[in-house]
Amino acid sequence: MDRRHPSVAAALALAVSFSAIAQEPLKIGFSMSLTGPLGGNGRAALLAMQMWAEDVNTKGGLLGRPIRLVYYDDQTNPANVPGLYTKLLDIDKVDLIVSSYGTNVIAPAIPIAMQRKMAFMTLFGTNPNAKFKYDRYFQIMPNGPDPAVGLTKGFFEVAMTMDPKPKTVALVGADAEYPHAALEGARTNVKAAGLQVLYDKTYPMSTTDFTPIVRAIQATNPDLVFVASYPPDSAGIVRAANEVALKTRQFGGAMIGVQYATLKTQLGPLLNGVVAWEVYAPEPTIKFPGVEEFLARYQPLAAAQQLDPLGFFLPPYAYAMMQIVGEAVQRVGKIDQAKIAEDIHSHEFTTVVGNVRFAKNGEWAEGRPLYVQYRGIRGNGLEEWKKPGHEVVLWPARWKSGDLLHPYDQHRK
Amino acid sequence: MKTSSFTAIALCTALLVAGTTSALVTNDYFFSASYTVLQFVVLATAWNILGGFTGYVNFGSAAFFALGAYSSIVLDKLFEAPITLSILSGTAVAALVGLGMGYLTLRLRGVFFAIATLAFAEVLFTFVVNWDYVGGARGAYVVLQGRPPLGFRSFVQFLFAIMALMAAGAVAIARFVQTSTLGLGLAAIRDDEVAAECSGVPTLRLKLVSTTVSGGLMGMAGAMFPYFLSYVEPHGVFSLSYAVNSIAMPLIGGMYDWAGPVIGALLLGGLQQALQVNVSADWNLFLVGALLVVFVTVAPHGIMGWTLRRNRRAGPT
Amino acid sequence: MSGPLFANALVSGLLLAGFYAAVSVGISIAFGMLDVVNIAHPAFIILGSYAASIANASMGADPIVTAVALSPAFFALGLLLYRFYHATFERRGREPLRGLAFFFGILFVTAVALILAFGVDYRSVTARYIGTTWRLGTVDLPLRLFVPFVVSVAMTLSLQVFLSRTFFGRAVLAVGQDQLALQLMGVDPVRIKQIAFGISIATAGVAGALLVIIQPVQPSLGREYIGLVFAIPVLGGMGSIAGTLAGAAILGVATSFTATFFGPSWAPAVSFGILLFALAFRPSGLFGR
Repeated sequence: MDRRHPSVAAALALAVSFSAIAQEPLKIGFSMSLTGPLGGNGRAALLAMQMWAEDVNTKGGLLGRPIRLVYYDDQTNPANVPGLYTKLLDIDKVDLIVSSYGTNVIAPAIPIAMQRKMAFMTLFGTNPNAKFKYDRYFQIMPNGPDPAVGLTKGFFEVAMTMDPKPKTVALVGADAEYPHAALEGARTNVKAAGLQVLYDKTYPMSTTDFTPIVRAIQATNPDLVFVASYPPDSAGIVRAANEVALKTRQFGGAMIGVQYATLKTQLGPLLNGVVAWEVYAPEPTIKFPGVEEFLARYQPLAAAQQLDPLGFFLPPYAYAMMQIVGEAVQRVGKIDQAKIAEDIHSHEFTTVVGNVRFAKNGEWAEGRPLYVQYRGIRGNGLEEWKKPGHEVVLWPARWKSGDLLHPYDQHRK
Repeated sequence: MKTSSFTAIALCTALLVAGTTSALVTNDYFFSASYTVLQFVVLATAWNILGGFTGYVNFGSAAFFALGAYSSIVLDKLFEAPITLSILSGTAVAALVGLGMGYLTLRLRGVFFAIATLAFAEVLFTFVVNWDYVGGARGAYVVLQGRPPLGFRSFVQFLFAIMALMAAGAVAIARFVQTSTLGLGLAAIRDDEVAAECSGVPTLRLKLVSTTVSGGLMGMAGAMFPYFLSYVEPHGVFSLSYAVNSIAMPLIGGMYDWAGPVIGALLLGGLQQALQVNVSADWNLFLVGALLVVFVTVAPHGIMGWTLRRNRRAGPT
Repeated sequence: MSGPLFANALVSGLLLAGFYAAVSVGISIAFGMLDVVNIAHPAFIILGSYAASIANASMGADPIVTAVALSPAFFALGLLLYRFYHATFERRGREPLRGLAFFFGILFVTAVALILAFGVDYRSVTARYIGTTWRLGTVDLPLRLFVPFVVSVAMTLSLQVFLSRTFFGRAVLAVGQDQLALQLMGVDPVRIKQIAFGISIATAGVAGALLVIIQPVQPSLGREYIGLVFAIPVLGGMGSIAGTLAGAAILGVATSFTATFFGPSWAPAVSFGILLFALAFRPSGLFGR
């Protein structure tokens, strides 16, 4: 099997750019989930971060110094995080830190960041800073100041545009940190919309077959079905919904996994009609500066490394988070954690995922997760997904590219 | 050596190590990594009391570890209890559950007992996931406020010192169990339970002591975990790695002596820490697995078995 | 409680039970009859899943066809593994714990080998029957679960026939009961055990293909099945294929009913609670000797 190692290529490129700038490297340290159930995401994020480092180095580095990423695999195991971050800070003496992927491995690093008073940019956690209230924490997940509510609001606002308005909802999710957080936010939105909850249960991560769960949901006849899940269960629930011929007016939710190429191609037409959370869609209304060019560069590299070849989920955001850190450092002019944090708080940044501004708690000042509806997918290929028209953006209004087709069961083709 | 002298020496050594390292070592990485290794010393020693000494393989080490961790969380949520109280309660809760589990699994032998402990861990895991007060699947946060106590430079140094004391205590207890009549009785059960019963060994009572002490010590280690990590969620704290490590370490070090788990924990735990930051993660897991395979193939009685055989030419192994 | 919901929950439970039987029948042989605590059994299941998924992706091969075609390879793997295990552990005395640690090591090494070779992303298969659902009255039969069910039952029943009707099969049953007697009858027990273990690993390969039909697979998934693959033979009775089927049926239906009527969160507690309960009253399992 032909196995090129682009990480080696990236390292070589960095080495070349080192020799061009003979200065002490600027080290950015982090742990990343490179193995374990979320390993695919972590590796995709790492690739994007390496791309950023390379881009900056070819332009002369940051503060005139070449960037070196120092990272270790935390295996998606929180217990590994304190050791790794103390190594990064105390032994490797990194200048800056960013986080790993997911609340479980972000949260144990926050007290360490607090103790050293480091600015801490984090990658996709659902409000891990709530209890710590650290003022130098930042989050690149575009949920908004109230993360779980902001993440799930779109689904319900879209639902309430239906005429007649829906009255009932079923909530379901996995027994894990992210889905529980998302469901909590969903409940707030449900209450605000005046919907009645007919089903509100969670399932263990080890569930193999979702048909009993979807049938139990169907038995309550809800107008809306909202799901918060991780990749294997996202796939399982969508399959089960099709097998049971789920009859409801709107089906979908904040499901992690449907953003990836593997699930998109595997499920293919089964996704038609589903209203799902995405963070990027190749629609004409979404024109973040540089994102298309970034994806065009990312996709072949990812394919060669056997990573998600679409890159519609973490990669642009991992790249953007580094852009923000880099811009702040450049503007401050030196490695001063307090000033860097203050800079990030007080400026608006232009990144490959659009303009970003942070609220006081480190989350985005204005949340803008996308809610899209999948349509017109005919087969199990990847090319369709790259074209506009298949992930029609329904929410937020600013980037809307189409209207909701409902009820779900009649738009499954 | 008398137990009291050994215990005193062990505890003093722990204090000395903690004291000197805190004064001399300025990087926190040493303390984080060593905390984890010492935690495994406690877990391996605790496991071995039931596994190596008594011959009952416990697959549910994570459950007792988790009981300790979650009792700390409950106390923290109730009234932000001080760490010492959490440790005591974690140990007590885990010991009680160990007693209960020992009682319920009376009739089970060999791998049936092991499967029962695995099932027990799964049931407990499900309960914790559904228990909203401790956060359930969302997890629970324990935020250490203020300055580290007793003049330590950082919290992790303080936690390391406590874990060092725990390791010393666990080792002293294990040595006591091994060298006392209790230990003789447990060894008799391990070698042939039926014969032991026929010889008048109170097997039921001894087994219950074994499960209680073993469970309690695991809970003691677990009680510290939320303070070390600040965030605890069920999948992490019930991770299979606790079960695997607490079995592998005594196996590698030697199961019939209190020193075996210590050697195994220092070796395997240290190796895991070293590999984590030096070798790509894939190879890390691979090496641990390969090491396990090689060791059990080549060294049947662990490292202690090697050294014992060299010292004792004649006599049974 | 509605009729159709009940009927469907029952059917779902039985379909799931079929799959459960496939993953655990190998342990019923290895552990139940040969006393080998092969905790790496889930690793071989995942290996089978990957084999099926790769053949499917590159040649469009049906996963079950792949599984059957590759079963001689898995069988051979089992033969080799047992030979090593026997030489290293069994001959030196009965210490199942060391064998256990050995298999733990194998579990990790296999998972890592898969990561190194294929990456950490989820893999799955496509087949014409995945996605189709047959409807019999009010009962749904999604083929994604029904086809694995049929294959699994066929495999288990053929094993039962093999064990009770053929010479080798009965020798396997005998080797679990009285090795010496077997030797006195001129049969080499080690060879018999080797064949049995080979069969055990072959079933794991097939079970893996069934798994990847049902859900996406990634290298560290094996760990989640350790409890289940041991719980079912222990519940049903060691060394009994019928016991394994019974154990699988009980746990499959319990999981399905809990998920449908009470709350899926509680399914593992119910399943393992049943196991604990059974062990408390019948330590040798329902159909055990």
